[in-house]
Amino acid sequence: MTDDIQSRLDSIAPLIVDGSPHAVALGLSLISLTPGHAVMGASYDESLIGDPDAGTLHGGVVTALLDHACGMAAFAGFGARDTPATLDLRIDYLRPAKPGLDVTAEASCLKSHGLVAFVRATAHDGDIEDPVAIAQAAFMITKASKAAQEKARRLYTEGRMS
Amino acid sequence: MSQALIDTLMAAPYVARFGVRLERKGNELTGVLPFADHLVGNPLIPALHGGAVGAFLEIVASASLLASQPLQRLPKPIDVAIDYLRPARAQDVFARAVVARSGRRVANVRVEAWQQRIDAPVATLHGHFLITPDHVDADQM
Repeated sequence: MTDDIQSRLDSIAPLIVDGSPHAVALGLSLISLTPGHAVMGASYDESLIGDPDAGTLHGGVVTALLDHACGMAAFAGFGARDTPATLDLRIDYLRPAKPGLDVTAEASCLKSHGLVAFVRATAHDGDIEDPVAIAQAAFMITKASKAAQEKARRLYTEGRMS
Repeated sequence: MSQALIDTLMAAPYVARFGVRLERKGNELTGVLPFADHLVGNPLIPALHGGAVGAFLEIVASASLLASQPLQRLPKPIDVAIDYLRPARAQDVFARAVVARSGRRVANVRVEAWQQRIDAPVATLHGHFLITPDHVDADQM
């Protein structure tokens, strides 16, 4: 395995999206992941409606999407070596996502040094100039996340060898 | 108290699928998120998804607002700030909200979630919600 960031991202990233039961349950998908930048999507689905009268997605779907996208950007910001844990997540809900439309979250890691990464993200339903929500988050490499990452790397290497 | 809207909230497809329950003792309300495999974010720890915990806290905040006063509509989140204090393990999560202020349009709510020990919270939420109290004419909003 070459040791450049993009190839590490390409190999490990799908594992921390498709390998996350909650992300799978919500139908979250990874659209792109480059150093310090992540784009993820949530497909509109009737089982994710929060306001049955309006038919809008529950805010929790946007919360989970933003949390995951920010986490991926932090992971990429840390050089694709450690999957960090969320320290805090602040979300402004600018407007409900329009019924029937998929939601996309674009997250950028502004800074990562030592154990902490700072991320900013925008969620939109088609036009990033007219966002649904904006988020700011901090992530941290913890003992638990480091141990999990070691396990993931082992599983990945074993999988490649078998 | 807006029981019909609490029922609407809890019956919303997303909330029902989550399996969230509300336990009431007098005017005290505790939200319960029973553990389920689909709530796990990182199976290698294993820890619950931060988004699942955040969504649960938002649901308990809304339910607590509805339980505390008559409202005409479901509360709408304006902003939330979630602090993750400990990894949420593969266990049930409980949460209780305090309505810090409830005005004519906006309510300020704090929610705390815990697992095994109430004095070891796993996450807290602080948020503002747009509300429509029953005594305010909806046309003035």
